[in-house]
Amino acid sequence: MRSIPVPTGSRSGSTTSAVAPAAGAPRPGPAAAVRAVGVHKRFRTRAGVVTALQDVHLEVAAGEFVSLIGPSGCGKSTLLRLVADLEEPTSGELSVFGKAPRVAREAQDYGIAFQQAGLLPWRSVRGNVELPLELHGVGRRERAGRARELLALVGLSDFADHTPAQLSGGMQQRVAIARALAERPSLLLMDEPFGALDEMTRERMQTELVRICAESGAAVVFVTHSIPEAVFLSDRVVVMSPRPGRISAVVPIRLPGTGERTEGLREDAAFFAAVTAVREALHGGAAGTPAVAAPETAAGAPRGVDLR
Amino acid sequence: MSGVRAGLRRAGVALVALLVALVLWEVVKAVVPDTGVHLGTASLLPRTDDRAMPHVWDVLARLGEAESGARDAPTVLAATLSAAVFTLGIALVGWALGVVGGLLLAVLMQRWRVAEHAVLPWVVLSQTVPLVALAPLVVGWGGRLELGPLQWERWMSVALIASYLAFFPVAVGALRGLQSPTAAQVELFRAQAAGWGRTLVSLRLPAAVPHLLPALRLGAATAVVGAIVAEVSTGTRGGIGRLVVSYAQAASGDPAKPWAALLGAAVLGLVAAGVVGLLGLVLRRYRTAEVS
Amino acid sequence: MSTTTSSAVRAAGGDVLRRALPPVLLGVVGLAAWQALVVAADVPPFLLPSPTAIVEQLVEVGPLVLEASLATGANVLVGTLLGAVVAVLAALLAARSRPVDAVLSPTAAAIAVLPIVALAPVLNTMFGTTTTTPRRLVVAAVVFAPVFVTTLRGLRQVLPVHRELLRSYAATPAQLARTVTIPGALPYLFTGLRIASSTGVIAAVVAEYFGGLQDGLGSRITSAAANSAYPRAWAFVVGAILLGLAVYLLTLAAERLVARRQGL
Repeated sequence: MRSIPVPTGSRSGSTTSAVAPAAGAPRPGPAAAVRAVGVHKRFRTRAGVVTALQDVHLEVAAGEFVSLIGPSGCGKSTLLRLVADLEEPTSGELSVFGKAPRVAREAQDYGIAFQQAGLLPWRSVRGNVELPLELHGVGRRERAGRARELLALVGLSDFADHTPAQLSGGMQQRVAIARALAERPSLLLMDEPFGALDEMTRERMQTELVRICAESGAAVVFVTHSIPEAVFLSDRVVVMSPRPGRISAVVPIRLPGTGERTEGLREDAAFFAAVTAVREALHGGAAGTPAVAAPETAAGAPRGVDLR
Repeated sequence: MSGVRAGLRRAGVALVALLVALVLWEVVKAVVPDTGVHLGTASLLPRTDDRAMPHVWDVLARLGEAESGARDAPTVLAATLSAAVFTLGIALVGWALGVVGGLLLAVLMQRWRVAEHAVLPWVVLSQTVPLVALAPLVVGWGGRLELGPLQWERWMSVALIASYLAFFPVAVGALRGLQSPTAAQVELFRAQAAGWGRTLVSLRLPAAVPHLLPALRLGAATAVVGAIVAEVSTGTRGGIGRLVVSYAQAASGDPAKPWAALLGAAVLGLVAAGVVGLLGLVLRRYRTAEVS
Repeated sequence: MSTTTSSAVRAAGGDVLRRALPPVLLGVVGLAAWQALVVAADVPPFLLPSPTAIVEQLVEVGPLVLEASLATGANVLVGTLLGAVVAVLAALLAARSRPVDAVLSPTAAAIAVLPIVALAPVLNTMFGTTTTTPRRLVVAAVVFAPVFVTTLRGLRQVLPVHRELLRSYAATPAQLARTVTIPGALPYLFTGLRIASSTGVIAAVVAEYFGGLQDGLGSRITSAAANSAYPRAWAFVVGAILLGLAVYLLTLAAERLVARRQGL
């Protein structure tokens, strides 16, 4: 295990590490967007100690789109919240662009969006997008300009002066994404941002997210419980299993043809194959075996033959 | 068990708060000049001489002494307590009347939409205006009105005013509670061919409890205020309202006495709230979360 | 867009008419029945004067009613402001510190059930009977509890998602208060103020029954009743009702304004 290089050296206490920093350890190459090494997280609850995450190793490269998928209780949201420094790991090493999560949070290296849009109801759409900029002392004119760009990016230019209550759920979520992008983060953390939307809105939002990510070039860690959503969006899908929460498989998604994620992809045979692969990884993972390759007997093909 | 301990802790905190208030009292008395502080004609800080602000221990001592120079005069404490009990009785009668009336009106408004549309605005408006201003007028009925064989007595005026004040919050709270079941719950009863009465008893009344309890508590507090105010304006003897005024008139010669009466009034308010609290204990099964 | 708006406005107008009609009708019928009852049954004025007699008196002593209403209204205004300011400061303290909350919350709950008006006579002794201070203090004490309770509830209302968002922005506690906590609590404060103002008016009128200056509505009602001038006493009661309505509408408008600005 490698120690995490900390830029200033004075704030290294923020990650609680069970491993002593090895002196003179080789520096890692160009910093990954997220690197987790042997991360454990335990919660003390009334029913006893619950292991939310056990021995998680994960690396997300700069500009890469990675989805975390798994049944509820598998710790996918917890992992995201550790990266965001909303919680601290019980043990293990976690770094964001080579910095401790707290340092990365204080430097605003990431933008975040939750399942609830979480807009402030008393601020206009523009005011909500400007909030992070305002908190970090960006001047009025620059804020207004950036908000205009971002609202154009998410297609809400005409709604800048509306209040959140006047928007639909999908529009509110787009405002939340614009807000997450306000400070040009090179990492986006998204915790089931489309979980509360209907299927049609959801697919439209996914297509838009692909476009937005291509324009911003940010790495994304995306928590979801929808298999097609994970497959459509991701370069890699990280499959997790519960009790204790851990990574059971990682499914790389290889796109057919030009490699572009368009609406047509949803009906492509390669898309279905990837969906099947993730589904089987999920089901195999629940039994506790690290399933990557799909057993031939599991899925629907032989049964189709029987029926005929 | 933990409920008992939480209750004890709260009682302890209340005692601490009371002690802080008493210490503050003595500090103000020591620091502020005897004549008070005035700004123009408005008086900002009170006079702090022994006549206006007696020492805490003087008030406590006064409680144990005789009320007046008469030979068989009771102690101030006894007189205050008996007055408080008298007023509590009237306030509770008024409260019960107001609760019954409020509940009936709420059921009526729930049953007939038109009744709700016609009456509710008036009920809401009545809560916003000082109808207790009528007290000195209702008081005039005492001894001059006969309803058949029944002679209208002064305490009845007092109870009427108390019931009047308790009535409005109960009617509003009960209506909100009766209307609180969700559409799904109401439709479930309809699907099982339950009539309006059955739905009222099995669904609406139990569902109304969380809304009703705060309304009952508020009603008790306003009934006490109504009773005291009515006693003052009627000059009804025997109650705490009268005692507050008559002890206050004795303040120049006997400064600790009015504070003793105030203690009685405070105890009265707390006991009335406590009685309603007991009701909440009885109904605790229906008391999922209170909505005020 | 514009057609849907105008039809919505029209529908709302019809709705207002349909909803206003039953209560107005009930009011008119009630007044007529009152008048008929008093005239037909020859009800003595001490029991119930007729509406026309009350209106007659209202016209006759109109300026006096206005003057008394202004005097009582000033007590309501100053007392409510004083009580609300103290309550908001106390709520801010209680929201920040658990021990302060442990002392203040039960205290406010106890104050809410105490017959505060009974304080009026001793306050008269403490501050003198020639000043309005005792009445204003009674109003302030009555206003304190509801404003404290609702404001504290508002301050506690911060959604977890907002708190986490601000944490992810590495916002300072002051920034959290300025952008999230205080704006979120404002509607609660104004709701509390609306509830409290009604009880404040009642307290201001009733406090006058306990002696002191003779310039307000409560004193006028008692003195008119004592002189058996019942219709005149009723005229002052009408003044008190109008004062209560005015204060209610004022606070309701403030509450609506804040709620609208908050996009709620």
